[in-house]
Amino acid sequence: MRDPLRRACGWAGSWAGLGWSGLLSGLLLTLCLSAHAIDTAPAFSDPALQGRYDHLIRELRCVQCRSQSIADSNVGLAADLRREVRELIAAGRSDQEILDYMTDRYGEYILYSPPVKPVTWLLWAAPVLLVLIGGGAAALVIVRKSRLPDEDGAENGSGAA
Amino acid sequence: MIIELGHFALILAFCLTLPQMFFGFAGAALRRERWMAVTTRAVAGQFVFTALSFGCLAYAFFKNDFSVLYVAQNSNSELPTFYRFAAVWGAHEGSLLLWMLVLSAWTLAVSALSNNMPRVVTSRVLAVMGVISAGFALFILMTSSPFERLWPAAVDGRDLNPLLQDPALAIHPPMLYIGYVGFSVPFAFAVAAMLEGKRDAVWARWVLPWTTLAWLFLTLGIALGSWWAYYELGWGGWWFWDSVENASFMPWLIGTALIHSLAATEKRGVFKSWTLLLSITAFALALLGTFLVRSGVIESVHAFASDPGRGLFILIFLTLCVGAALGLYAWRAPLFKSNAGFAVVSRESFLLLNNVLLVAATGLILLGTLYPLFLDALKLGKISVGPPYFAVAFLIPMLPMVLLLAPGMHANWKKAAFGRKARLLAVLAVVAVVGGVGLYWMTFGLHSVLASAGVAAALWVGLSALIEPVQRLRKGHSLSASVLGMAVAHFGLAVFILGATTVESYKVETDLSLAPGQTAQHAGYQFTMNGLRNVAGPNYDAVESEVTISRDGKTVAVLHPQKRTYRVQTSPMTEAGIDVRWDRDLFVAMGEPLGNGAWSLRLQYKPLIRFIWLGALLIALGGVIAVSDRRYRQRATARVGDAVPGVPGTPGHSAAVAKTAGVS
Amino acid sequence: MWRFLIPAGLFVALLAFFFASLDRDKETLPSPLIGKPAPTFELPALGDPARKVASSQFAGKPYVLNVWGTWCVGCRQEHEVLLEIARRTQVPIVGLNWKDDSAAAQRWLQELGNPYSVVAADEEGRAAIDWGVYGAPETFLVDARGTVIFKHIAPMTLEVWERDFVPLLAKAGVQP
Repeated sequence: MRDPLRRACGWAGSWAGLGWSGLLSGLLLTLCLSAHAIDTAPAFSDPALQGRYDHLIRELRCVQCRSQSIADSNVGLAADLRREVRELIAAGRSDQEILDYMTDRYGEYILYSPPVKPVTWLLWAAPVLLVLIGGGAAALVIVRKSRLPDEDGAENGSGAA
Repeated sequence: MIIELGHFALILAFCLTLPQMFFGFAGAALRRERWMAVTTRAVAGQFVFTALSFGCLAYAFFKNDFSVLYVAQNSNSELPTFYRFAAVWGAHEGSLLLWMLVLSAWTLAVSALSNNMPRVVTSRVLAVMGVISAGFALFILMTSSPFERLWPAAVDGRDLNPLLQDPALAIHPPMLYIGYVGFSVPFAFAVAAMLEGKRDAVWARWVLPWTTLAWLFLTLGIALGSWWAYYELGWGGWWFWDSVENASFMPWLIGTALIHSLAATEKRGVFKSWTLLLSITAFALALLGTFLVRSGVIESVHAFASDPGRGLFILIFLTLCVGAALGLYAWRAPLFKSNAGFAVVSRESFLLLNNVLLVAATGLILLGTLYPLFLDALKLGKISVGPPYFAVAFLIPMLPMVLLLAPGMHANWKKAAFGRKARLLAVLAVVAVVGGVGLYWMTFGLHSVLASAGVAAALWVGLSALIEPVQRLRKGHSLSASVLGMAVAHFGLAVFILGATTVESYKVETDLSLAPGQTAQHAGYQFTMNGLRNVAGPNYDAVESEVTISRDGKTVAVLHPQKRTYRVQTSPMTEAGIDVRWDRDLFVAMGEPLGNGAWSLRLQYKPLIRFIWLGALLIALGGVIAVSDRRYRQRATARVGDAVPGVPGTPGHSAAVAKTAGVS
Repeated sequence: MWRFLIPAGLFVALLAFFFASLDRDKETLPSPLIGKPAPTFELPALGDPARKVASSQFAGKPYVLNVWGTWCVGCRQEHEVLLEIARRTQVPIVGLNWKDDSAAAQRWLQELGNPYSVVAADEEGRAAIDWGVYGAPETFLVDARGTVIFKHIAPMTLEVWERDFVPLLAKAGVQP
């Protein structure tokens, strides 16, 4: 990882002036890679709840080390957020309620999967849309080309390549 | 002294790009032989001075010259010699110098191996590559010089980032850069072809091997990066859809589309404007990747120094280069229209669909990577787009592509006549479906749609890829390198699909704590922590644990994961212990000490994960085989006047030229 | 033949975005709490666990909430500024000691001075999560009705105080 400190502790990067980079880098790098414990045991003995937990912690972004989910991140904040998820599941909240709980506090950025709302419709529709448009355009070209006369532009060389 | 010499050498290299550009363009336009000859001299000189410049920087690293700022920031006297060399490209400034070196090497190669190409085309190609060299040289000299002094000199350096202290660092960036920079060759050829404005497809025939070469290096570079992240980061992931990873994957996808498009252009003169556009896009994406990583516009763990000033420079450079190329395209592309036709079911139409889907996939990845940026710039909020989106978005175009791949490989040009092969393919389809549903139901007992689809796809593509070579060998026909390469590459893709879908569906991860003497169960294995000891490495101190893995009472492996603390940067790092087998990896990473000798550990079981990189290697191997085809070697070593298949201006070709003149 | 201009057009649009976003601040996350009621909390006071610091104690009055820790370099930097702000203003500065060792925190305040009217010890980080804290230092401004009206991320400076906090306090009719 190159300079996770900047990514990790957000504002600190912009704050670190030239003179700070050395000291700050070391400290913030430590902050991100040094761990509070990874979970020391499976969170739930009930596999259904454990499954929900595993899924949810992979749906939430670690807001400190921005490139990891809270499942993979080792920083204190990630451990705290995992604890919150555990407690919320144990308290009987639904998956959506837990995600809402997090976005109420941190904004939509914390969701690994972008929310589905008017502003992101384009994003979510894009895969199918692009395939359909591309496929359609290709079909038009193919039909047009199939009406053209054959031409021998072939070279000597192997048959199928 | 040496560093100043290196700096001066780079300035000289930049100066030489000026005649390279001027005489290249002007000589070609005015058809002056002597002027075009100057270009080749300039290219050779530029390479010599760039290599000298790079050598000086490397020397400063070897000698631990901490009066050089860049060395002080990225090296240390305790850093092992091997890493001292790799540290040259460990950060922004040095990696740009590596870019330049690779670019000047590619330019030299093109200049030396193009004796049988019309001089006009070669000169223009070298001139375009000169523009790129000039831009990068200026970028380094003006904003990112690794040659700056630090006064007073540091007593010792800040050490290379511990995450980069790995053999993979020596290979991964160079491979990637050879790939990225290599795409400047088809870019240059495309621009040269558009400037020349002739309808024929000579350039397509010439640029295909270069493109394949660049593409296969990029394949290796990406695969190495994935493998490295897997064992270095300790979390067992092999692809994160991180912005910088995406930035390397997009040119690869377009590059794949490009080689397929070039095949059609070479063979039948169709898709010329498609090929031109893809050539421009592949390199544009490579440049875009450079911009994203170094400007601070997108956040990523891979990002180099984020500096808007540098970002502005690259962006302006990107605008000029790609903007000019696309403008040229808008003007000249209509000229390249081909009137050759092909049937609805033909190799050409399969290739077209294949390319459309690859471009769609690239577009989706680009959209996902840039969407947060768009919304933020429009003040519409701050969202993040992570792996869950990319995984879905990528699979949607890939599924039809994989389906079309198997018949596409066997379709004939102009009009596909499958004949007996149709039955064979039908049998394959059944095998694929049965295999997909049955195989994992039997072995793992769990039902996973992804894994079943993966097995089915792998069987479908993999077995289909083997049909052609096997048939030819059985009939005693010759098997050209091109055909074999294609088969190997497609087979590699099947292997990759199998590995990726299997590991993502059936991997098992557990976090738990173990004290010396304790045993834990995980994925059918027993993991026992035997003990801990302290280890001192060259520039780090570590706590090492010994973990024995056994199954049914038999010892399977003894691993030694470490938790290291690097002395200078004082950052802790986990070195995972991995037991590798062809069909699975067992992975142990140390987390934190919990008191009384107990440690938190992450245990992972990863079935078929090695197939991912094996598949990528096979894909690259397919490229190597294809490039080694006899017809390219003949071209490269031919002298003017020799008979060379497929090349105008050589004896025996005029008949074919007459046939196609005015028509293609 | 206009379709050949499409790639160039798309490229230009893309470039426009990049140029516009070159100096955007992508580090700071906007707080979803702005304009919403401040999260309630009840935590032990630093150094005196029997005493409680609760959000209800500040009802009806505006206050500043500063998240800090002895492990945080930026907090050390902003400390003098906080002391100066505490001298200038009558608005209480509530300290939220985040994931810290309380002995070390108390020593810190003894040695460097205490700008806080009261300090809550959030050793487990639960209250911080409610406030959407993701790094230290962070400083919030809460008005008299208990609504969060501003969040500053990064060490406090007098410039930020004068430019952002004071006008908002004045608008709320409070003598800063």
